[in-house]
Amino acid sequence: MKNFSGKILFLDRSDINTDEIIPAKYLTEAAKSALKPYCLEDLALPGFDPKRDVAGKQVVITRANFGCGSSREHAPWVLECNGINLVIAENFARIFRQNMFNCGMMAVTLPKAAIEDIFTNFAGTNAECSTDMTKHEFTISGGGKSKSYKFAIGEFDETLVRANGWVDYADANY
Amino acid sequence: MGKTVAQKIFDAHIVDTPAPGVSVIRLDRVFCHEITTPIAINDLIARGKDRVFDPSKIKAVIDHVTPAKDSKTAEQGKTLRDWAKRRNITDFFDIGCNGVCHAIFPEKGFVRPGFTVIMGDSHTCTHGAFCAFAAGVGTTDLEVGILKGVVAMHTPETIRVAVKNRLPEGVFAKDLILEIIRTLTVNGATDKVIEFSGEAVAAMSMESRMTLCNMAIEAGATCGICYADMTTVNYLWPFISGEFADKDAALAAYSKYLPDPDAEYAATIEIDAAKLEPVVTVNYKPDQVRTVREMTGTKVDQVYIGSCTNGRMEDLRIAAGILKGKHIAPGIRAIVSPATSDIYRQALKEGLIAIFADAGFCVTNPTCGACLGMSNGVLAKGEVCASTTNRNFNGRMGKGGMVHLMSPATAAATAVAGVVTNSPLFKK
Ligand code: SF4
Repeated sequence: MKNFSGKILFLDRSDINTDEIIPAKYLTEAAKSALKPYCLEDLALPGFDPKRDVAGKQVVITRANFGCGSSREHAPWVLECNGINLVIAENFARIFRQNMFNCGMMAVTLPKAAIEDIFTNFAGTNAECSTDMTKHEFTISGGGKSKSYKFAIGEFDETLVRANGWVDYADANY
Repeated sequence: MGKTVAQKIFDAHIVDTPAPGVSVIRLDRVFCHEITTPIAINDLIARGKDRVFDPSKIKAVIDHVTPAKDSKTAEQGKTLRDWAKRRNITDFFDIGCNGVCHAIFPEKGFVRPGFTVIMGDSHTCTHGAFCAFAAGVGTTDLEVGILKGVVAMHTPETIRVAVKNRLPEGVFAKDLILEIIRTLTVNGATDKVIEFSGEAVAAMSMESRMTLCNMAIEAGATCGICYADMTTVNYLWPFISGEFADKDAALAAYSKYLPDPDAEYAATIEIDAAKLEPVVTVNYKPDQVRTVREMTGTKVDQVYIGSCTNGRMEDLRIAAGILKGKHIAPGIRAIVSPATSDIYRQALKEGLIAIFADAGFCVTNPTCGACLGMSNGVLAKGEVCASTTNRNFNGRMGKGGMVHLMSPATAAATAVAGVVTNSPLFKK
């Protein structure tokens, strides 16, 4: 199972699309690792600088409809090669969400109010997220505060996370 | 309780239910292109599993960057080409006979009512125009599809869009789908299928239905579906005539995928086609839609007619009809990319290519090209493009560029005027 804990990258915007996560011009790369420098390169978010803000983060927390647009699995891959295996949002575009679990990564939804609460309490505090896969709970700490949030994950999604992705699972079962 | 189209297709294809709400379904088609497939092929090789479940159900095309523009895209094409040969995938379309995936595969008759289709491309929803379940997936799902012929899906709920009355003259499927996306918003149909129904849809050609279903993903939908009817049968007849005694028999067979009268929908949205007028997007989200009237006079640098949304014969005929005997405005540039090689040849025969060229258009070979900002018309920072494609995302056609989505009629009229304007086909 991959690592789902660490420093948080806050992206305070809805509808972040996969073209913004990894622009089409990099889709010609043959190796996933070659994508690394281009993570979130075209993200339209005032104050965000991908060169400065992505490094050293392991968790993304964002708003609604994250990963909409193109089906490119390069979007999860570019996060993965930067050490980010967990995205927490109000909701996700279907293909992006499925791609994450297919890679053994996690795209987890929290209610709008919980996301709002996290942004209010922790954005800008160099916060960290500690993920407990047994209790299904995120503990977020930063700025001297710490709060826990329960999360729900589908049975099949969790199977994929524990099996490290869909290819091995499907090959063993079908 | 009755069933929707997607439920009926799922029921006919279920292989396993690994968890509540998740179905593993058997695939009738796995489509491949050279951007998302090579990494799947390379991963299969690395795993020692360079196999395919059934070469006759896999179809492949080089379409996104063709001809190759550099060594990397040449390598992607080569990986797909070599694999198709090695794995005996005979329906493989390369330069000279290729075309944009969602235009060429239907043109070859590969999609039938009741089929299940996946492809590593979000606009795979286009094929739902044939009353099929067709979903875009990522490379891992594609890889498993190639190897095992199955995909896992959360069984989708369905939103029914009921379009009453007919579209007025000069208002097209593109205008209708933009209006629908405006109504639903960019994630209003996430994890759901959309059934497009009603008089306006029933009156549409297959090409217009493909335009409609193509952009279902822009509202977040898994698939857009139109009902099988005589229009569907007529389109498919050259490919299915050997399977049925006559067209009525084909229609009767396909009708089993129509929704039950008491099918359960997550929501029903009603739209009055008669009240619509031509529209165009603003900003960077496809649900931000204004009437062309409100946007008239917006200056553009480039006009682009093509893509899996609007690069088909019907689209080229409409645009050429407006451009005939006219010239594009000074100071702007215009590009047309017929969506497939057959469309290109037909347009040549009908004299449409000459009309475009005489009007000052650059006519390219069939390719995705500028649609995703990879070649053939990438925008410079600050430039504005009037485009018949499907995405106006920030940077989509080139970093710092702005894309206004519109119908081929509006794009052609805009090319002539040099600013966004209604086409002469729209009289109101
Ligand atoms: S034409 Fe554009 S939207 Fe369609 S498949 Fe090609 S890149 Fe994707």
